[in-house]
Amino acid sequence: MTGHDAAYDLAVVGAGPAGLAAAGVAARAGLRVALLDAGARVGGQYFRQPPDGFHASRPGALHHGYSRFVRLRDGLGDADVLLGHRVWAVEPAAGGGFAVHCLKGGRERATTVAATRLLVATGAHDRVLPFPGWDLPGVMTAGGAQALLKGNLVVAGRRVVVAGTGPFLLPVATSLAAAGARVVGVFEAGGRFALAPRALTRPGKAVEALGYGGRLARHRVPYKGGRAVVAAHGAGELTHVTVARVDAEWRPYRRGHETVRCDTLAIGYGFTPQLDLVAQLGCEIGADAAGGPAVRVDRHMRTSVPGVYAAGETTGVGGADLAELEGAIAGRAVVADARGVPAAGDPAAVRAEVRRRRLAAFADALLRAYPVRDGWTSWLRDDTPICRCEEVPYRRVREARDLGAADARSIKLLARPGMGWCQGRICGEAVARLAGEDPGPPRRPIAQPVRLGDLADMDERTSDDDA
Amino acid sequence: MPDVVVIGAGMVGAACAYYAAREGLSVTVLDRASVAGGTTGSGEGNVLVSDKEPGPELDLAVLSCRLWAELAAEAGEPGGFEHEPKGGLVVAESDEVLRALTELAGRQEKSGVATRPVAADELARYEPHLAPGFAGGVFYPQDAQVQPMLAAARLLRRWPGVALRTGTEVTGLLMDRGRVTGVRTSAGDIPAGAVVNAAGVWGGEVAALAGVTLPIMPRRGFILVTEPLTARADGRPLVRHKVYTAAYVTNVASDSEGLETSAVVEATQAGTVLIGASRERVGFDRTVSLPVLARLARQAVGLFPALADVRAIRAYCGFRPYCPDHLPVIGADPRAPGLYHACGHEGAGIGLAPVTGLLVARHLTGAVPELDLAPFRPDRFAGAAA
Repeated sequence: MTGHDAAYDLAVVGAGPAGLAAAGVAARAGLRVALLDAGARVGGQYFRQPPDGFHASRPGALHHGYSRFVRLRDGLGDADVLLGHRVWAVEPAAGGGFAVHCLKGGRERATTVAATRLLVATGAHDRVLPFPGWDLPGVMTAGGAQALLKGNLVVAGRRVVVAGTGPFLLPVATSLAAAGARVVGVFEAGGRFALAPRALTRPGKAVEALGYGGRLARHRVPYKGGRAVVAAHGAGELTHVTVARVDAEWRPYRRGHETVRCDTLAIGYGFTPQLDLVAQLGCEIGADAAGGPAVRVDRHMRTSVPGVYAAGETTGVGGADLAELEGAIAGRAVVADARGVPAAGDPAAVRAEVRRRRLAAFADALLRAYPVRDGWTSWLRDDTPICRCEEVPYRRVREARDLGAADARSIKLLARPGMGWCQGRICGEAVARLAGEDPGPPRRPIAQPVRLGDLADMDERTSDDDA
Repeated sequence: MPDVVVIGAGMVGAACAYYAAREGLSVTVLDRASVAGGTTGSGEGNVLVSDKEPGPELDLAVLSCRLWAELAAEAGEPGGFEHEPKGGLVVAESDEVLRALTELAGRQEKSGVATRPVAADELARYEPHLAPGFAGGVFYPQDAQVQPMLAAARLLRRWPGVALRTGTEVTGLLMDRGRVTGVRTSAGDIPAGAVVNAAGVWGGEVAALAGVTLPIMPRRGFILVTEPLTARADGRPLVRHKVYTAAYVTNVASDSEGLETSAVVEATQAGTVLIGASRERVGFDRTVSLPVLARLARQAVGLFPALADVRAIRAYCGFRPYCPDHLPVIGADPRAPGLYHACGHEGAGIGLAPVTGLLVARHLTGAVPELDLAPFRPDRFAGAAA
């Protein structure tokens, strides 16, 4: 039987800081909890761990929050941790609650987890902007470089350039440098000190930023603002990049280009929340401080759909501290709702809410301090790939616009960007911006590719139930 | 002032603009969103004669199939719109269904449809990967496929007399003593000699602006899209034609409120396989329905067992504009002179777009239409008088 494995009080999708915290709170309160994650171990992107076979002698060396991770991991109580579960769809179940449809393990066996309540803590993925040469081997996302290092103890390259915008570039550069890579430069397209005045409102973060600054200096890594990698070059693989001085709108100045030799480029323009599952359920999705999509929640992390909660980056990108806190708040709300008692009241909950407001305000300030500026489109050339899955160059996007495609969806219909394997997760942001739109909520009824045979079996199951 | 304003830049609106401009009329096409952003962009691009009972709609379809071939032939431009006269294969699950299908094919022949009976042991020559056990089928060489978004976009560009204005919403109609004399839009008034309502599933709302009723309602359909398949050893696609079971014919004409599915399976030039489409009357509800997707998948695997190991990567839904008698609304509205309709084609809007555009252009220029438009009159619905 591929059907329902068990009925849980709560299914948590995503075992990063938010999901771990929520599952722990709910499980320790006595709820039957399933914690699902696509990965081979808990932790998500932030607490990514190398496989056991690596015998890392100091597993905490790459994580400044390792003790916190251990506390979260060991606090899961009796929660069932379902690893290697990729969720491709969620839907309201016939008899109430939710059905979480998963593909399990390397052989992708179809399975369904049933739960009364659902918490979506699916995190975020790297935001990518295309530029000439971004499809060369050796170019990777900043998050990808960090994941290689944390998850496989692999240093992405020998000579590394880190570029893009936002505070995440700093930990990526420092951990790569600490692991032995020669980081030849960190290039921030925005202002170098965009963060500084804001950081003063949050002393802990200011200290953290100063710490990164110190470590960059110690590894002799230059950190330059108002610079962008506008092209990557190489025959078959990356050999060098063009770094341009850019104005406030990210348009390159005519002078001031430099060529930087490197074998790896780690590039990141912030993060996009993974909203496929909340969108499938019809949860209301609003805009974050920078205009990007984020699921709307009340102060107890309830979405607009009863029984569905969200925590962490899905509610707006805010980092691991905020994610963990939101997870704990969501966990408490689930417990209260399950027992039919009010979610607020005790002093701990009030303190958590105050702290969440402060962290969220800081996260919003960061989002506003490191926006994506429109000038990146001037880096594109006719043959620059916009969508790699469907091999759509910029020229075809322009043709679609000339043919009357006035919005991102029509560009997709006429030129096919976003119709391939990744379903627009990589190019969707760029296409929306090229259409002059803020990126909207995703519409992906199938969040992960699923075998037609597995889909067909679901129909037979339903039919059998009817009989 | 243009001779004609067309409301809606979908496939039908594009065809109306194309044929009107070909007659020398100046045309402005308005869309509140984008080209092909409504039902045109949510379908499969079917150009079918096989799925229609003999009658006025089949007469439209037979002529329209020919017009599609002409439009494709005159294109000659790179890209075009992927017109592919691949033919349709309808298969019967039992001898009884095969008899009904063969009888239908015989009647369709009299309307100008080419049909070719296919015996059970011949099916594999048409579709080598078809499941065994079918009683036989009928092959329809006229059935074709287009990429409807590209077709709409490119037809709008073919005549210089056509101006396209996207992002322009029609908020009212200009009226003068009961006559429609133009449109009021979010970007100002546009007086025109005639107004064509090609607003598809929203055609009833446009009609209401003139104070007349068109009972056009949405009928939802889901379509599943697979991963792009790599070329097979023989260099041919896994699915070579439009393939569906004979149950489809009864579903199209059904009045059932509930879910009906009869999967049409076909490969596209992008390498994907399209599986569609379901039929449901649930209003404009876009909520994903997994049971519908599961049913489509089961029917597709039933036709082509090799699809079981192919992965679905996308699904989308759209809303067919349907009228109570399942026929489109085409031609001048006697209740509102100056207003012409070209909407309500249900699931056949792509296939019937050229003939609709041609017939509307005939009305606009006062020429004699190729077909009798009486069955498609806008005022034919009982109790629908304003």
